[in-house]
Amino acid sequence: MTTDWAGGDQEGLALIEARGLTKRFGDFTAVDGIDVEVRRGEAFGFLGPNGAGKSSTMRMLGAVSPPSGGSLRIFGLDPDRDGPAIRARLGVCPQRDLLDEELSVQENLWVYGRFFGLTRAEVRARAEELLEFAQLTERRTDQVEPLSGGMKRRLVIARSLINNPELLLLDEPTTGLDPQARHILWDRLFRLKRQGVTLVLTTHYMDEAEQLCDRLVIMDKGRIVAEGSPRDLIAEHSTREVVEVRFDVDDHADHATELQGVGERLEVLPDRILIYAGDGDAAAAALVDRGVEPLSTLVRRSTLEDVFLHLTGRTLVD
Amino acid sequence: MLSLGLGRYLVLRNITSFRRGWLVFLSGFFEPVFYLFSIGIGLGALVTSVRTDSGLVVPYADFVAPAMLASAAMNGAIADVTFNVFFKLRYARIYDVMLATPASPRDIAAGEVAWALIRGGIYSAGFVVVAAAMGFVHSLWGLLALPAALLIGAAFAAAGMYATTFLTSWQQFDLVFLVIQPLFLFSATFFPLGAYPPVLQGIVQLTPLYHAVSLERALLLGDVSLAVLGHTAYLMVLTVAGFALVSRRIGRLLLT
Repeated sequence: MTTDWAGGDQEGLALIEARGLTKRFGDFTAVDGIDVEVRRGEAFGFLGPNGAGKSSTMRMLGAVSPPSGGSLRIFGLDPDRDGPAIRARLGVCPQRDLLDEELSVQENLWVYGRFFGLTRAEVRARAEELLEFAQLTERRTDQVEPLSGGMKRRLVIARSLINNPELLLLDEPTTGLDPQARHILWDRLFRLKRQGVTLVLTTHYMDEAEQLCDRLVIMDKGRIVAEGSPRDLIAEHSTREVVEVRFDVDDHADHATELQGVGERLEVLPDRILIYAGDGDAAAAALVDRGVEPLSTLVRRSTLEDVFLHLTGRTLVD
Repeated sequence: MLSLGLGRYLVLRNITSFRRGWLVFLSGFFEPVFYLFSIGIGLGALVTSVRTDSGLVVPYADFVAPAMLASAAMNGAIADVTFNVFFKLRYARIYDVMLATPASPRDIAAGEVAWALIRGGIYSAGFVVVAAAMGFVHSLWGLLALPAALLIGAAFAAAGMYATTFLTSWQQFDLVFLVIQPLFLFSATFFPLGAYPPVLQGIVQLTPLYHAVSLERALLLGDVSLAVLGHTAYLMVLTVAGFALVSRRIGRLLLT
């Protein structure tokens, strides 16, 4: 008889279930009572600026950081009690690459795999597939140090997959990579998702969240400020399009009054004014009608960046 | 305590890493042998004989050889659990990576101590062979010299690794030498305990290398008494306590 020892583990049920999850370091509250539920097969994102509490959350989800409060279940298990059993089924890509530079590319995979109880033959076979997947087969016997940033990150992802994890945790998977390397990585993550691996990732890149995540939460100062699919969040907290106008002035607030009434809403930033409108071209035309002459006018689609700006009053990156 | 758990894969990792550095690995064997030649045999030509604390009169080289074995066991263990562990803990951060697997802090401690033991044990074995070939082993008790060296290695590896977790910069390694050097010089290694005034004798008897040296000296000279049990117990307590402390400490440092 087989028993379903992991209670919340059936199809469609939550792989991760957090209620009031809190992490404090001394007086500082890094994660301030968040509720999160991640279901099997979905790609779930934590979007937020540096210091929002994303990495602290990820470490708790990885069962390497005991929560200071609230409840947390991963695969229906309690990380306090069943840490090793949880970690056996997880793949973890930490924010820093943390590869073992005293080992070669393939040795990094071999050694790591053994910690999951795989035999020597099993890790070798699995490493073979993963090197292929990570496009590193030619570099297998090389040292790690001279690899490019993109290759190192792909190796870290390959390493995290050695145990065929059901759930892959990626902490800022593409931070610091050039655009081409990011796209290669996204492609690999899409493939994993299609294979049914549940992805949980953090990012402070809007485009990444929009590309990869079925559902995401926006975090700010340790709290969740919004939750939904990228499309729903944009629909709920922003308009379809945005007009960015710049003037040749030091303080853009000076021009805010003359734009009043154009579009649905204005956001005045130090270096530009954002006009939120359903029809960006119409809003831009309205500026011309009013005789406003900005230095530049750009009509674009609304993004999660706008959602974040609207919810927190601050821009996300830097 | 005896089971390595997942720590055996940390041992595997260290063996894999050292495959490329076998020359560095070998270097640890020569130091105690050099000491034996220069101090034991060189100085031994001047000093000729010495009376041990148990009252035995022996040639000076016979007196120093067991101390060199004990020191080699200590140094072999310390070398690994200081510099190498510090680098892995603070810079390479490979323990963080291992803790993301089912491994626990205890596995990390067990793996590093076991590795230090393997490494130190190989050096000690080499030294025992040299010492035996040169006639420094005077009794069948000498068969226990190598197991004793392993115990010495375990004690220093566990305690040394614990100490390493408190270091935060490379400069602080001077502190390690500040401890190791006097231990090496004053643990009745080069002259008997009786040479000290009583107060200093008491202090020396509290330190670990003294017990290590006394143990090896008793075994190699065949001068075995109940004191051997005391030395063994001291080293066992140090091993168990050091291991428990370092396991807990790694958890405190990395599972935050």
